[in-house]
Amino acid sequence: MSIAYQIVVCAGIVPDPLQTLEPVTSPAGPALKNEMMLPAVLDPWAGHALFEAANLAKNLPGSKVWLVSFGPKAKLQQVMMTVAQKVPFELVALDGPASGFTEATEVAAALTEAIQAIPALDKSKLLVFGGWESASRGAGATLQMLGERLGISDQFQGVDELKVSADGTMEIWERIEGGRHQVSQCAGAPALLGWATGNLPEPKNNPQVGMTNMRTVMPALQKAKPQKLAGDGLKFASVTLPKQMRDTKIVKDASPDDIAKEIVDWIKQ
Amino acid sequence: METILVLAHTEADGSPAQTVRESLHAAVNLHQASPDSKLVVGLIGTNVEAAANAIAACPATKYFGVTGAEFAQPRYATDCAAAEAICKSAQATIVIAPATARWNRVLAGLAQRLGGRADTHVTGISAESGVIGISRWYYRQRMEALVQRTQRPWIVAIDPGSQTPCNCGAGTAVVEVISMQIPEASLRTKVVGVRAPAADAQTIRPDAKLLFVTGAGWTKKQADGQTHVPEAEHLIRDFLKVSRASLGSSKSLVDLGGEGQAILPFLSHLNQIGQTGATPRHPKGLSTCCHGEEPHTVGWRFIAERRAISLDANCGWARGKTDVLYVADAFQVMQKVNALLAANP
Ligand SMILES: Cc1cc2nc3c(=O)[nH]c(=O)nc-3n(C[C@H](O)[C@H](O)[C@H](O)COP(=O)(O)OP(=O)(O)OC[C@H]3O[C@@H](n4cnc5c(N)ncnc54)[C@H](O)[C@@H]3O)c2cc1C
Repeated sequence: MSIAYQIVVCAGIVPDPLQTLEPVTSPAGPALKNEMMLPAVLDPWAGHALFEAANLAKNLPGSKVWLVSFGPKAKLQQVMMTVAQKVPFELVALDGPASGFTEATEVAAALTEAIQAIPALDKSKLLVFGGWESASRGAGATLQMLGERLGISDQFQGVDELKVSADGTMEIWERIEGGRHQVSQCAGAPALLGWATGNLPEPKNNPQVGMTNMRTVMPALQKAKPQKLAGDGLKFASVTLPKQMRDTKIVKDASPDDIAKEIVDWIKQ
Repeated sequence: METILVLAHTEADGSPAQTVRESLHAAVNLHQASPDSKLVVGLIGTNVEAAANAIAACPATKYFGVTGAEFAQPRYATDCAAAEAICKSAQATIVIAPATARWNRVLAGLAQRLGGRADTHVTGISAESGVIGISRWYYRQRMEALVQRTQRPWIVAIDPGSQTPCNCGAGTAVVEVISMQIPEASLRTKVVGVRAPAADAQTIRPDAKLLFVTGAGWTKKQADGQTHVPEAEHLIRDFLKVSRASLGSSKSLVDLGGEGQAILPFLSHLNQIGQTGATPRHPKGLSTCCHGEEPHTVGWRFIAERRAISLDANCGWARGKTDVLYVADAFQVMQKVNALLAANP
């Protein structure tokens, strides 16, 4: 039996992690200072999910990858300029805030609607991928809620490995405590996988892939539906940066012997 | 009036984990600060009596359980169904659960199923002036928020290590066992095992007093123009052996493995600390040959005392990210450290 999947990867965008972030209060609740000016990247763990999806699709002919991304249209476009060069996918874009302060369940509702609107979606072939936690809210909540809405109750989080057997059985490795992995066998699609780092390096830019992707990326961005997130019942009483900058003592010109002694004394304290 | 449910799964041996006691501690505090609230406990596992008895002296007034061999498996479908049944039976409005890997897979889905809301990685619960609030971090530990919600049920996953465990003693608890039919569709997934490195190769030790972080500098050309990877490997292994520290790493160093360069064989992405790695909790942390860039140091949020060794006096650590920065050659220093620790363990 040959297996072909419909792999839907949900990936948001986040500020480049090298940026300094500062919270501010906006009329809509907390936000980041100069949020629209900050350079954005594809949410890293969701990025790994995309690369794993593309690799799986490449190895199982007939499979297809969709990238469903929720974020401000202009920023999405910017990020897609690089992401589209990495691996083949069809973009489904939703135009709305990428903030970590939005409500996961509302984002999940919007993503569900977008996924259900994908033409010829066949649930028996469906794998929903994403990052196990975002770099913004970092809650690991959206995918689970999306899975519930889609009626998928074979869900896995912190996935580092997926192996598909010839009969469609999947072996899945999830991160658990103490640097270990839990290994599960799942009878087959539909399933939802929140990826951790996986095993693949970031693919090199491929301009040809970029050109092909761009044919669908631009129209998808143009028809991206504006989304309003109400944040009903949710209140941020405060958002603050950690108070303490440490008063770093810089020790120069000490001998390795002296430093070692000081470190050992400290470890043993 | 709030009904506060502590929701837990038992360990393989039937006991409650330390993390359950941490959640219980937070729940008891909230219960005491919320007049008219009720405190109840829900447990899931093959058998939950032993776990319920182990904490029976806590102020909970009722215990619910879902039991059976199929509930021993950390599997989304059965865990979510069992948790849903308990929440409904208990009519819980606030659900406090330890953020174990097992519960982290399930709790947000559970909230969706119950029409409620979930907050994960919670590090504190308060009830000032009668308003319940939870603290959690946003943007990978860069900023901390106090969140309040009107929706119920509100599911709160408490990060392990963020609370003191309660010391409620043992007793005899009467558990109301909820009987459940498991549909065939919930058994499509089977947990078949756990993969862990051999005991002597296990470098991630969550209970260690010290986090020892290695950076890419260990594999870089040194003053003599050469790399010294085998020597680095020895020094790091020896230190882990004598100190029993937990091993963390920068991304740059673990990524080298994927790019096929000579690299320290005992490091994997699981060791990575930071933005796209872990944020462990240890009382102390020692960084070596790592530059201390922000995407790395956000993973140090919960490391209390910090020291770093780097050749670069202007590295990120120097900018208020460590208590002490030793501007020195880590090869030389760690050799001496190992000798001192070996001579005087
Ligand atoms: C999306 C994204 C996510 C990221 N996520 C993470 C993450 O989760 N974790 C993470 O760590 N990084 C992350 N990074 C990368 C991060 O920005 C840095 O590039 C990385 O942390 C640098 O690693 P390093 O300090 O080990 O290496 P380098 O920057 O190469 O620093 C090596 C250091 O070693 C010192 N050194 C060399 N030899 C010696 C010696 N003999 N003795 C003492 N010191 C010596 C050098 O002076 C230098 O300071 C991320 C980046 C991006 C863009």
